[in-house]
Amino acid sequence: MNVMPWMLVVIATLVLSTAVTSPVLAANGTPAPAAKPAKPTEVDIREFAFAPKALTIAAGTRVVWTNHDEEPHVVVSAGNQFTPSKALDTGDSYTLTFDHPGTYTYYCAIHPMMVGTIIVK
Amino acid sequence: MRDTEYQQAEGRRHFLKCMAWAGAGTVWMMHGGVLKAQPLTPGGAASAADASFAFVQISDSHIGFKKAPNMDVAGTLRQSLSMINAQKVRPDFVLHTGDLTHLSRPDEFDTLSGIMQDERMGKVFYVPGEHDVIGDNGAEFFRRFGEKQQAGGWYSFDHRGVHFVGLINVLNLKAGGLGSLGADQLAWLKKDLASLSPDTPLVVFAHMPLWSLYPDWGWGTDDGNEAVSYLRRFGSVSVLNGHIHQIQQKVEGSVTFYTARSTAYPQPAPGTAPAPGPMKDVAPNELHRYLGIRDVRHVQGSHALAVTEEVMA
Repeated sequence: MNVMPWMLVVIATLVLSTAVTSPVLAANGTPAPAAKPAKPTEVDIREFAFAPKALTIAAGTRVVWTNHDEEPHVVVSAGNQFTPSKALDTGDSYTLTFDHPGTYTYYCAIHPMMVGTIIVK
Repeated sequence: MRDTEYQQAEGRRHFLKCMAWAGAGTVWMMHGGVLKAQPLTPGGAASAADASFAFVQISDSHIGFKKAPNMDVAGTLRQSLSMINAQKVRPDFVLHTGDLTHLSRPDEFDTLSGIMQDERMGKVFYVPGEHDVIGDNGAEFFRRFGEKQQAGGWYSFDHRGVHFVGLINVLNLKAGGLGSLGADQLAWLKKDLASLSPDTPLVVFAHMPLWSLYPDWGWGTDDGNEAVSYLRRFGSVSVLNGHIHQIQQKVEGSVTFYTARSTAYPQPAPGTAPAPGPMKDVAPNELHRYLGIRDVRHVQGSHALAVTEEVMA
């Protein structure tokens, strides 16, 4: 993957732009419906761990990962089941909507000992 | 008014202190095939006289990081490099053991390249850290800094009787795993070493520690033992790593493992904090104690490398 040219322009506002422009994708990679009123489920990234480590959600739920560490992290599907996040710096978020039931194991490709699971019912 | 002047003076003193801790790295001197490490200081290494050659290891410059305890990682890198230029005996080359950047961004790579050029570093050998390969499996890193010997990015070279090997252990990491070399790289390493006589001094460098230093924090390499098994028949082996931002050493027979300090910020000793990451509470005037440069010199004759460490004074 090449780093997008726009990153050069928006680095100063990356925290904001990541939160705003991160693609909201369904687990199968198609854009989710634009308006999704349901409250997203939060996964905190803190002290080199995902919390909660295992999460069970209903199909159609949005999940938002937010990095609270000083270190950057990424959210990557272990089985290539969803689009990986970009590097999440401190305060950055990544949002995905899981539309299809299944078990999604993911990890931080920078710190691979960080592993989490999302079970979609 | 007095207060303001006082604060300005304090601010400048604070800045000068920051500049004093800039300059982390190690001069490695080859003494008869044994690496001797010496911290890089503004005045130059004292014990350079009997070395046959020297090189410098710097690591973990994390260009793009701008948080406590170091708001100016470019400045501390520059300071490190100016110490290299101040050495009485000019090191033959520089090794950068990875994490050049914090987030693999093109502008961060640009900054790093610019600083290396400004400081007239000459030949620098790089291996990537996991912070240099985010999102593109290292494509940008290898395009700019790769030796382009092998498709996977790993490489070797000979310098004045010493065989150097640069390994990549930050790609294709598996969920729940540590650093990884992979089967292709291991096969290449075995072949690369096959024709060498056991009395050839070896220097092997990679970003993540090749030994299981602290797996709970990801400080190790899953198939590192396999690589080390190929090194054991050699009489003098030095394994130089970065990643953990502090000096740790371990000797196993003829194989000595070293991890280097960062030019940017320290991390806690294994297990002394809930997680790894920058030690935020280190005061600027204390930070120099945690940053370092490694200097290696080679002395012909005894086929051993002597390693000394230098803390930024």
